Amino acid sequence: MSLALAPRTQAADASVEPLLAATGLATAHGRVPCLRDVAFTVRPGETIGLLGRNGMGKTTLLRTLTGLLSGGPTASIRFRGKDLAGAKPAAISRAGIALVPEGRGIFPNLTVLENLILPERAGPSGKRDWTLDRIFDLFPRLAERRTNWGDQLSGGEQQMLSIGRALMTNPELLMLDEATEGLAPKVRDEIWRTLRVVAETGMAIVVVDKNLEDLFELADRHFILAKGEIVFEGTTADLTAEPDLVHRWLGV
Amino acid sequence: MDLVLVQIFNGIQYGFLIFLAASGLTLVFGILGVINLAHGSFYMLGAYLALTLTEVTGDVFLACLLGVPLAVVFGWLIERAFVRHLYKRDHLQQVLLTFALILIFNEVQRILWGSYPHGVPAPSYLSGSIRLTDQLAYPVYRLALTAICAALAGAMFFVIQKTRVGRLIRAGESNREMTELLGFDSSRLYALVFATGTALAALAGMLAAPVESVYPGIGERILIISFVVVVIGGIGSIKGAFLGALAIGIADALGKVFLPSLAGVVVYALMASVLVVRPGGLFGRVIR
Repeated sequence: MSLALAPRTQAADASVEPLLAATGLATAHGRVPCLRDVAFTVRPGETIGLLGRNGMGKTTLLRTLTGLLSGGPTASIRFRGKDLAGAKPAAISRAGIALVPEGRGIFPNLTVLENLILPERAGPSGKRDWTLDRIFDLFPRLAERRTNWGDQLSGGEQQMLSIGRALMTNPELLMLDEATEGLAPKVRDEIWRTLRVVAETGMAIVVVDKNLEDLFELADRHFILAKGEIVFEGTTADLTAEPDLVHRWLGV
Repeated sequence: MDLVLVQIFNGIQYGFLIFLAASGLTLVFGILGVINLAHGSFYMLGAYLALTLTEVTGDVFLACLLGVPLAVVFGWLIERAFVRHLYKRDHLQQVLLTFALILIFNEVQRILWGSYPHGVPAPSYLSGSIRLTDQLAYPVYRLALTAICAALAGAMFFVIQKTRVGRLIRAGESNREMTELLGFDSSRLYALVFATGTALAALAGMLAAPVESVYPGIGERILIISFVVVVIGGIGSIKGAFLGALAIGIADALGKVFLPSLAGVVVYALMASVLVVRPGGLFGRVIR
């Protein structure tokens, strides 16, 4: 189970209809291939760690899944039974996939409150689980800073705001690129704690992060990307049982 | 002294007018990333619409009510037909295409309306002058024009600061990709912003028609001054465009009194001095 050729779908879960099933992703920058026939699945309520060294295609994969990059002619992206291959980012967001991008994407010229209410809407199934009050419960710091401009926030506050803003779209799948990069240890702990709270609500989550310990604690399953290919797919137990793998693909 | 006061009034009124024209230019530049040289043509379109529609309706304000929806449709069509192809292209190609639009619009203008200057009457109920002091009278239409422009400027600020679409415009100005990731289709936002900018410029041309005659080349004059305003205010900044337009209006009007031989240079000198202190313009790249 732990080798690169691990079967894509584990038998025990084969009966569960995946929330997201992407196959044949072959994103390229010009003529340079960045993803090679990548298959990526997320089942409902699952938390996924997306691992790999810098430049191996993690961000490219997330940008392809959100429609910012084209996955090429072979790409198939099905989400909640809907075909999203070739769809625009806006349509994918409205289908229920939210991205907290690297760099956080806070609007500097909107206040904290305005950043949050801008995308406020019911999710694709009509649910409005995440409201402003609930985001302020999750991140009391944001409530204190509600009238501040986006560019007056610390890095940690920006990340809280970016997560809170993504949740305001009431997504079915939350993806975070470099969830805790550049944050102080205390702030990182708070982000991980929050992600556990969000995961417990049944939200499916995909996390890219360099802190393996925290990621192993949070995620059910992991994918490792190397040179644009998925070289490992398996559970946290699979991965921790094979320190060689971690060393080989992640260099730790 | 009275002359100075009158010129300050004129400067404020002119400043408000160029604010209307320049606000669309700065939004299109800041949000769509397009340098639209044809923006002055929308001002010209407004002036000639005012000419024709005032002849038909007998009142320049009725002409505005009819002309603004026409300008919105016109702007929307131009965006869909031409401008949307420019979003991913470099500035040289944008300049080429929009310069070609100027030539086409000017030719169409000559075919439809001819080359002679025309006047548009102010409405009869606003045609007189009002006595401000013993020796100073000021045309009522110009005061009304200033009030209308001030109200429009206020409405624009309200929309941009307080409404959902205003938040989206500000967000799109600072990070288009993020607005898409949050579920907003930028092609619709772009069409909306472009059509609104077109309508504002056209409305400026309509409202100005009774105070300046309507003539060929009217669009180029306003285009250049609008670019000066955008550069002073900072690209994409409505607040900057507002302050820049008023400063330009007043500087231009006072320049004609105190430095008549240099009147044409005053606004450019003002632009240069702002750029020395703040190279990005008064409000940099970000609208608040």
